[in-house]
Amino acid sequence: MSALSVNALCKSFGGLRVARSVSLNVEPGERRLIIGPNGAGKTTLFHLIAGELSPDSGSVTLFDRDITRLPSRKRAHLGMARTYQIITLFSRDTILHNVILALLGLSPLRWNPLVDLKGQHDLTERAHDALARVGLSHIAGRPLAETSYGERRRAEIAMALAQNPKVLLLDEPFAGLSIDERRGVRELLAAIPREVTIVMIEHDMDTALDLANRITLLHFGEVIVEGTRAEVVNDPRTREVYLGE
Amino acid sequence: MNSRHLRFAAIAIALSLLATLPFWVGNAYYINIASQILFWAIFALALNVLVGYAGLVSLGHAGLFGVAGYTAALLLQAGYGHGTAILLALVAALAAAAAFAVLALRSTGIGFLMITLALGQILWGIAYRWVSLTNGDNGVVLHGRPAPFGVSLATPSAFYYTTLVVFVFAILSMVVFTRSPFGASVCGTRDQPRRMSALGYHVWLIRFIAFLFSGFWTGVAGLLFIYYNQFISPQVVALQTSAEVLLMVISGGTATLLGPITGAVIVVIMKNVVSAYVERWNLVLGVIFVAIITFMPEGLVPGSMRLWRLGWRALTNRRTNVLKSLPEPPA
Repeated sequence: MSALSVNALCKSFGGLRVARSVSLNVEPGERRLIIGPNGAGKTTLFHLIAGELSPDSGSVTLFDRDITRLPSRKRAHLGMARTYQIITLFSRDTILHNVILALLGLSPLRWNPLVDLKGQHDLTERAHDALARVGLSHIAGRPLAETSYGERRRAEIAMALAQNPKVLLLDEPFAGLSIDERRGVRELLAAIPREVTIVMIEHDMDTALDLANRITLLHFGEVIVEGTRAEVVNDPRTREVYLGE
Repeated sequence: MNSRHLRFAAIAIALSLLATLPFWVGNAYYINIASQILFWAIFALALNVLVGYAGLVSLGHAGLFGVAGYTAALLLQAGYGHGTAILLALVAALAAAAAFAVLALRSTGIGFLMITLALGQILWGIAYRWVSLTNGDNGVVLHGRPAPFGVSLATPSAFYYTTLVVFVFAILSMVVFTRSPFGASVCGTRDQPRRMSALGYHVWLIRFIAFLFSGFWTGVAGLLFIYYNQFISPQVVALQTSAEVLLMVISGGTATLLGPITGAVIVVIMKNVVSAYVERWNLVLGVIFVAIITFMPEGLVPGSMRLWRLGWRALTNRRTNVLKSLPEPPA
């Protein structure tokens, strides 16, 4: 049983074909890296997997359950969490409130208009735990607007991890980070237990290649190469895509 | 005394002042003005649920206000009791809010605004042109106010206290709503709808429920309006009413509880008191709005708080600097 299976997924925006019969199988616990030059269709593929875009054809299954037509909120309830290439957080609120919102998203409590959110100590404790995992518990009460880019990246990962996902989609988690911050996030991702399957888009090969079990190279919406690190790096098509040889 | 104590003290003083208002105001005219401020404030608070917390700007809420008012007026005219009329008016306001929401929530931003504007105008058209039902431009007249538990609401003081009780309930419901997990969900859909969906929230349904909540309190305000004036005409349902209440919310400060109330105080006083002394009071109101938006774009209440914080910080810094500049005491 695959954790995540994408079968012959196609998507076009008018005349532009951004996903051309993309297929990939990600095993439970696997770390899959998706690479490709700008415009290869990596983020579009993530949107299709997460349910933010509907495919023209093809299917997506999560642990053998067909989720192709499910909206993104239902995919979250089935154990799929994601981060975004451009950080999308709740900038008016504190880091803690951001993580509480992530926890609330999967709780029936989110419909309750009568209780005080601040009085939900269990939720607050779980949010603190999630922040401790990413090393942000000391600034939990800080407004997001007063945090650095690296801290926001960590907060976004904390939100995803707080939901105890089965499959975690990370869209360029190292983008815009300093060398030290990259090292920190890399350690953080390496510490995620194997119960969580990770699919990651990343341009920073030096940092990301070590994390991946298998790599998929995407180009013009098509899977060009797939395999282990050595297989993909040594494949002449990879060099052709990146160096134009 | 910490900020929590200060807040409690401020609330206690405000409630005491409101509870004793008929005694220290004395004049029936000003008691009526106070009643008007309260029910317009309820309307503004209701609109603020959408504008401030859900990030959905509606220009059709006067339609919902009018639906409650017209339904009650027509039922009372048809011989129904006040209890039935009030209940059915609120049901009608909720039904209209649900219909508005289903149509308008297909879009957000300017699209949402235009759809609510169009729906409000349709209701205005019905009130104006369906003469056999609404009596057209002549409006519907009500004969008498209700007398709950044998207490007549005919006097300005009795009506004021009834409006005050409803106003306090409205405020309490807003406080509970904004502090609840559902309130946090509504604010989340305002700030990052896509992220909220990815986190497992049903964004459309959250907005729909927020719309119903807003529609309910708009209906309540509409009922208080019709019982206060004992008359309703198409002018109440017109775009001008929606725009005025939206200005109350924006000028006072969106996503705050005090903001819409402050906005209601400004508009009602300008319309009723200043208009007695200044013929072109609309111009004065316009200048006030422009000044607020220019100097406090976030609204009067948040803007004043910002200035207060800046002033307080400057004062404490100055005090600290003076203390630092003092010579060290001899050892």
